[in-house]
Amino acid sequence: MIITTILFYLFSAILLGSATAVITARNPVYASLFLVLAFFNAAALFILLGAEFLGLILILVYVGAVMVLFLFVVMMLDINLTRLKEGFLSYLPLGLAIAILGVLELAVVFWTSPLGHIPAPGPIPANADNTRALGVLLYTHYLYPFEIAAVILLVAIIAAIALTLRRRQGTKTQSIDAQMAVRAKDRISLVNLRRPEQ
Amino acid sequence: MHDFYQTGWWAVIWSIIKIVIVVVPLLLGVAYLTLAERKVIGYMQVRLGPNRVGFRGSLQPIADALKLMFKEVIIPTSANRFLFLAAPVLAFVPALLVWAAVPFGPDVAISNMNAGLLYVLAIAGLGVYGIIVAGWASNSKYAFLGAMRAAAQLVAYEIAMGFALVGVLMLAQTLNLSKIVEAQAGGGFWSWYWLPLFPFFLVYFISGVAETNRAPFDVAEGESEIVAGFHVEYSGMAFALFFLAEYANMIFVSLLTTVLFLGGWYAPINTPLLTWIPGLVWLLLKTAFLLYVFLWIRATFPRYRYDQIMRLGWKVFIPVTIAWIVVVGIALETPMRAILR
Repeated sequence: MIITTILFYLFSAILLGSATAVITARNPVYASLFLVLAFFNAAALFILLGAEFLGLILILVYVGAVMVLFLFVVMMLDINLTRLKEGFLSYLPLGLAIAILGVLELAVVFWTSPLGHIPAPGPIPANADNTRALGVLLYTHYLYPFEIAAVILLVAIIAAIALTLRRRQGTKTQSIDAQMAVRAKDRISLVNLRRPEQ
Repeated sequence: MHDFYQTGWWAVIWSIIKIVIVVVPLLLGVAYLTLAERKVIGYMQVRLGPNRVGFRGSLQPIADALKLMFKEVIIPTSANRFLFLAAPVLAFVPALLVWAAVPFGPDVAISNMNAGLLYVLAIAGLGVYGIIVAGWASNSKYAFLGAMRAAAQLVAYEIAMGFALVGVLMLAQTLNLSKIVEAQAGGGFWSWYWLPLFPFFLVYFISGVAETNRAPFDVAEGESEIVAGFHVEYSGMAFALFFLAEYANMIFVSLLTTVLFLGGWYAPINTPLLTWIPGLVWLLLKTAFLLYVFLWIRATFPRYRYDQIMRLGWKVFIPVTIAWIVVVGIALETPMRAILR
């Protein structure tokens, strides 16, 4: 399939290009939009591999929700480009050290574990339904790890809310219960204004 | 003959023909939906609506389109020029992309993909980028406020929408939109999913109204508070693209609600007289009814306050959908399974 090969190299090239642009773009808003493009092309690669569930979930979760919130925050920053460029040289040694460490660790993992020797995927059977296949695996064989991961995420959600929730004094908030419980007779009283009999 | 169309360059040409067959009627539908909206709301408010261009205003959408095309596209001096012009495209493209998976009949779709429902949910969420980017690139406070509201609202209602779709999945056992409709075949309107999944039906449709930024959830525009929200700075065709995207999304949400909950192309009562009418007619009739509900809601309800919208999304819809998922899950383990499936 020559078309698939061409598409693979096209999507990979855009993916690598936009991933590079994420870290080189000066403007944080551009950087997040490039990250969206990178996610999109990664999803396209998944779909080329026949893993349509992973590809679509990547778009749904990362592009549709996570990056929207990222942009939400990044856009509210007061972008001062000159201040962002300051201190590049002083951070360079630390950044380089972390980058080299990351590359080394990845290299060790790929050389020593079977991860580096995965055979190329065979031809995709027509009408393969990998959503069902993943679901069956997750809810039978990997049920406990899956549930434990879910509980850890739930704990993280609650912890994040508990850490940021603070009740400030003096803010005016609506009490929805009180609003819903209001009845007409609480607000209006009809007064009989007829003139008394002489 | 079918194989012939699926090999080599014919596949490409055949796909383009299918896309044209879907997109051209869609754009015409969008044009006449704007006329229908003005007429319906006009009559609801005891006015006539547009009635000067063509027979009883029937050419009004054409006149509007021509006018918008000849207007100047004004770019504010302090706007981010590239993103300002890219934003309408970012809003419009996902609104067209979702139609790739929409089934118009048994196995009649541009792409009858296995994960159709997931695709539709993923792509429909992308439209918000157009709004957010427009708000930021305009470099205007009103536009920015609109964009922020749109982002928060979308994230809130997408969760409820996703949960509502989980219920459909539990009954249909497939992500393929065409097969979801076929799973609702059988008796008549009582075998469609709106009945066992009534809370999901309501939540999905109301979330659909919220996701398309329509009244009473149109705080992203909110003309009485933030002028016109995210598209305050747009004019001419750039504005028209936002408009097209919004109306294409409305048609899409109505059609998807029909497919998921109202039995798609099946007749409401399984008698020879009604089943003789082609399925596409039923599909479009149901979609048209839901579109009318969209307009009806707009003419009826005042705009929600922003905190009320957030409360409805997070504190009402999400708990309701989670509770009903549990109910459906339990029901599927009882003898009711035979009726539901």
